[in-house]
Amino acid sequence: MAELEMIPIYIMGKRYIVPNTLTIMGALEYAGYKLIRGVGCRAAFCGACSTVYRLEGDPKLYIGLACGTLVQPGMYLTQIPFYPAERAQYRLHELEPTFATLVRLYPQVLKCLGCGTCTKSCPQDLKVKDYMAAAMRGDIARVADLSFDCIMCGMCVSRCPAEEAQPNIAILCRRLYGKYLAPRAQHLAQRVAEIEAGRYDEELAKIKATPEAELRHMYNTRDIEPE
Amino acid sequence: MKLEGYTPSMRESIERVVASRPARLHVDYPMLSPAEKQEILRKFHPDYIPEGMRELRVGPNKGGRTPNELADLLEGHSRLSSVELDLEKIDLDTDVLIIGGGGAGSAAALLAREYGAKVLIVTKLRHGDANTMMAQGGIQAADKENDSPVQHYLDVIGGGHFTNDPDLVEALVRDAPEVILWLESLGCMFDKHPDGTLVTIHGGGTSRKRMHSARDYSGAEIMRTLRDEVRSYPEDITVIEFAPAIELLMDDKGQVAGAVLLNLETEEHYVVRAKQTIIATGGSGRLHYMGYACTNHYGATGDGLVMAYRVGARLAFIDTMQYHPTGAAFPEQIIGLLVTEKVRGLGAQVLNVHGEQFVFPRETRDVESSAIIREVKERGNGVKTPSGFEGVWLDSPMIDILHGPGTVEKELPAMVRQFRRFGVDIVRDPILVYPTLHYQNGGIAIRPDCTTDIPGLLVAGEASGGVHGRNRLMGNSLLDVCVFGRRAGRTAGQRFREVQLGKLTLAHVEAWERELAQAGIETEVQSPLLLPDYTRHGR
Ligand SMILES: Cc1cc2nc3c(=O)[nH]c(=O)nc-3n(C[C@H](O)[C@H](O)[C@H](O)COP(=O)(O)OP(=O)(O)OC[C@H]3O[C@@H](n4cnc5c(N)ncnc54)[C@H](O)[C@@H]3O)c2cc1C
Ligand code: FES
Repeated sequence: MAELEMIPIYIMGKRYIVPNTLTIMGALEYAGYKLIRGVGCRAAFCGACSTVYRLEGDPKLYIGLACGTLVQPGMYLTQIPFYPAERAQYRLHELEPTFATLVRLYPQVLKCLGCGTCTKSCPQDLKVKDYMAAAMRGDIARVADLSFDCIMCGMCVSRCPAEEAQPNIAILCRRLYGKYLAPRAQHLAQRVAEIEAGRYDEELAKIKATPEAELRHMYNTRDIEPE
Repeated sequence: MKLEGYTPSMRESIERVVASRPARLHVDYPMLSPAEKQEILRKFHPDYIPEGMRELRVGPNKGGRTPNELADLLEGHSRLSSVELDLEKIDLDTDVLIIGGGGAGSAAALLAREYGAKVLIVTKLRHGDANTMMAQGGIQAADKENDSPVQHYLDVIGGGHFTNDPDLVEALVRDAPEVILWLESLGCMFDKHPDGTLVTIHGGGTSRKRMHSARDYSGAEIMRTLRDEVRSYPEDITVIEFAPAIELLMDDKGQVAGAVLLNLETEEHYVVRAKQTIIATGGSGRLHYMGYACTNHYGATGDGLVMAYRVGARLAFIDTMQYHPTGAAFPEQIIGLLVTEKVRGLGAQVLNVHGEQFVFPRETRDVESSAIIREVKERGNGVKTPSGFEGVWLDSPMIDILHGPGTVEKELPAMVRQFRRFGVDIVRDPILVYPTLHYQNGGIAIRPDCTTDIPGLLVAGEASGGVHGRNRLMGNSLLDVCVFGRRAGRTAGQRFREVQLGKLTLAHVEAWERELAQAGIETEVQSPLLLPDYTRHGR
């Protein structure tokens, strides 16, 4: 691995020298920031730490997660800990899983330009443009599938010229899919009914009253479902 | 710095892993006997290192062994000791106050609302910035033909070394299928076969395949669904972010009656009065017990334990922490972050520097971790990284060989992405791992309805203690969070109407300060901690 080196970065324009082995988040802290906003899971699951940056001599704007991006020399960075994306008000159990529902709640779905800025700005490398195209066709299942790994950081919203609220449209589609379109788990509903009917009451009472020595024996000799 | 992946000396070791793969592909190292398990735990598990813990000198658990880092906070001063607060001026009045906006807090809010309560969720970071969001592997429930709540009970209690509270375990396994059904009805996209049958696999310590998942974003899928549902009822549920509770309030009748909040941005205090208060503050991995790296979110600092302890609530099993066997050991930017147990669930084996197995890949977590620590520390069979850290291999490429090409990408997208960001391809190469601090097995003692010994105070989720005994099995925590989150919400929703609150007081905090002085405790520590301080460390 490359040698540890001290490199310059610019936090909101101010220069700091930090080790090149750190993530952006680690570098902010190394520089002395005690983070309150812009940090959550520290492991690329929560979308709290979106960061916009540019590199010296390069006009392009890059987007990354501060917890999942290594610092580079000459990085000019700023965090975007909050972005005011619109969320429609609804109650899932009152909805129908249709294109009409999507358009009613998020009329601007129809205004998507297909420019692909969203896809370019996604730190999860999701095909945001493709799922927005699916939303425009009312293909809820496809939106749900393509958007599944979204951590709702909001960076696509921040760059979108059509002012879409992609992550909120996506979660609506995933919930519609999960509740109405995905096949039901029959065995699950059946087991819940069995439990409610008291089918396991006696056995549970019995195992709870079993002395520890016997429980240990039961545990150590229990059969294990093969792989 | 360029991302260069594994070093040449690590590559040499990987060649041995590749060479031994065909012979071990279908042959796992045998499981340890019960006696061997006890022995390896005693010798190698971090919980058993005597210097790591001390006896508490004050409070309900006085004399009980507690990790040093937590003991320091439990024995700390109130953050209000030098603050003038007017308790007559109530900033927020609510039926049910929920402290913590993770899975347990959100589930509780939804149920309390169903019972007609006005709910206030206060949380330290954003709603959903929580350990729940990070869970990858899955959630257990006995809903298959060959399985039953009784079988689940046996696994839970055996996994917890027969120390668990039987009533809590019963509640856990009995509510489990209902919880999955509830989540399904809220639109959670669990992995399913085309006919709707839920995909279930093994986890460490399971005797039946009962781990349900949503790719490897299981917790995220549950968390964002619950959060979206909470956001659907703004007239009944209010959420205040970046406003942690720093002390519970009581009334002059000895009931818990709300909390004092700190606005992290303006540093203002708010007085919240509530008829029922639910602590759902999660775990404490960010206390870095024994100097371990951790898998937890930034706000996991055990605040709920500290606040509850000061009103006299008892802690259970607080001397046992869970070290997850497979934390990332390389590259250095992600040391300590979780490599989900699902990787082993899908068949990846654990190997030493010579490419040899030395442990059954799906022992319970405490045993698996101890075996890895022994392999590295005692037997010297670890793989060294450039930063001086050591680990063992987790042979992820086996998964595609066993289940067909593309399985890793499909089943473990978060893991693939996590490592790819830092130059490692886990489809092609094994993952270097070492145990990492993961979960607080114990917490505030609760009853099956989530009440505590203190009237008005309920607890749910990782902040509670008893259901998992001394060791939690994978997939039982997301379950715990939903089962007891719902139960806490229901209890609070059923009770709030009958509560008559008296005059608000912080007399318990004054009493606490006197107790500290009487015990001769001199400390600068103010608690709860709220956030760890990583400034200028280069973590
Ligand atoms: C990386 C990782 C992977 C995991 N994988 C699995 C898995 O596959 N299966 C499984 O079953 N379990 C898993 N777990 C464990 C499980 O996710 C957690 O135990 C569980 O989600 C805890 O839920 P909770 O609601 O109790 O706490 P959390 O989800 O952590 O929520 C606690 C909330 O309280 C807030 N808070 C803290 N202090 C205060 C305060 N003073 N005032 C106000 N708010 C406060 C926090 O900021 C947070 O929002 C995993 C845990 C981690 C960290
Ligand atoms: S802190 Fe959660 S995604 Fe970076």
